[in-house]
Amino acid sequence: MPDEPERIPNPGPGETSRRDFLTRIGGGACAMTAAGSLVVTLDFLNPKVLFEPPTVFHAGSAMDYPEGTVRFNREQRAYVIGGGGGVFALSAVCTHLGCITRFLSDERAIACPCHGSRFDLEGNVVHGPAPRPLPWLEVQADTTGNLVVDTSILIPHGRVTRA
Amino acid sequence: MSAARPSILDWLRGSAVYRSIVRHGAADTNRNRSLIIFENLFLHVHPVKVREKTLRFTHTYWLGGITLVSSVILIATGILLMFYYHPSVPQAYRDMKELQYVVDNGLFLRNLHRWAAHLMVFAAFLHMLRVFYHRAYRPPRQFNWVVGIVLMIVTLGLSYTGYLLPWDQLAFWGVSVGTNMAKEAPLVGEKLRFLLLGGNVVSENALLRFYVLHCVVLPVALLLFLSVHIWRVRKDGGVQGPPSDEDAPRYEEVR
Repeated sequence: MPDEPERIPNPGPGETSRRDFLTRIGGGACAMTAAGSLVVTLDFLNPKVLFEPPTVFHAGSAMDYPEGTVRFNREQRAYVIGGGGGVFALSAVCTHLGCITRFLSDERAIACPCHGSRFDLEGNVVHGPAPRPLPWLEVQADTTGNLVVDTSILIPHGRVTRA
Repeated sequence: MSAARPSILDWLRGSAVYRSIVRHGAADTNRNRSLIIFENLFLHVHPVKVREKTLRFTHTYWLGGITLVSSVILIATGILLMFYYHPSVPQAYRDMKELQYVVDNGLFLRNLHRWAAHLMVFAAFLHMLRVFYHRAYRPPRQFNWVVGIVLMIVTLGLSYTGYLLPWDQLAFWGVSVGTNMAKEAPLVGEKLRFLLLGGNVVSENALLRFYVLHCVVLPVALLLFLSVHIWRVRKDGGVQGPPSDEDAPRYEEVR
């Protein structure tokens, strides 16, 4: 009889039936598609181009920073300070919860308006709640003494740039 | 209802259009009163019958209801506020001021949105305490407690994302501080903050992301979990008020 469909034997013990096999393949394909969609969506939410201020800025000449000078750069949120026989830069972002600190010229101190942390001019915590000192930022001087600060590079405390 | 004078309401109920929408008749029999609840998508989350004592103020202090009503007010006023608000850096603050000083009833709607938001968080928190002290989180209601926790997180998320939208100093620094807290989360913290803000600082990307979360993502999540929450109250046997004396002995039997 040519029209008689071929009889599929039931799977024996330890064997997989055709139905189970196809169900697993289908389920696996759906799971892979779902996982792929998740990865692609997360990647989509990750911005590629940011219109944020550049991390590198020019801070003028080292001659502009005699001992005790403090200049605040609003856009890059950093202080450039003349002291210790040269120039160094401090991040102005409070290490507590990210507010922008302010230099108090009368008291020669740096204070945070949000929760009252205080720092000295080398960035050390005078009193909390800030848990860490303000980070020092890399300052480079070219041969003519022009200063370039990079807020993305942190350097150890006390490394003063001498022009 | 007198059979002699059929009212216009009876005529309406008999019409083909009405019968195509609502298959059951007027609420004159127990069966029809049940069908009104069963056959309605919006009402069926609610039980057909409730005990009179569960409606008393001292039974639940109506805290879940107050939370629900404030969320309805928030959705209604929020949609109206959206007609005047642009989530962009040059316009957000101006639009907020325009709503306050120029738009008719704008100040009223904005304040209603603000006060309802405060009330919702406050009432939801008291509701949680009420459920806890009445031991209403116990089986069979343990899953609904978990749904309630999710709703609490969504509510706080809505509050927090709405905080940025006026784009004033309070909003800006509030969100700077809040996202810095998120940064302290182990492993995922830095990435979480970056994705939340769409950058490293609170900027126009952050404003747009918070706007989308506040107006679309979180309200949809709230409505979904809210439906499950209210439906589960019915499925778990109605609201539980103060534990009665009949429940207490079980406690002692075990001992």
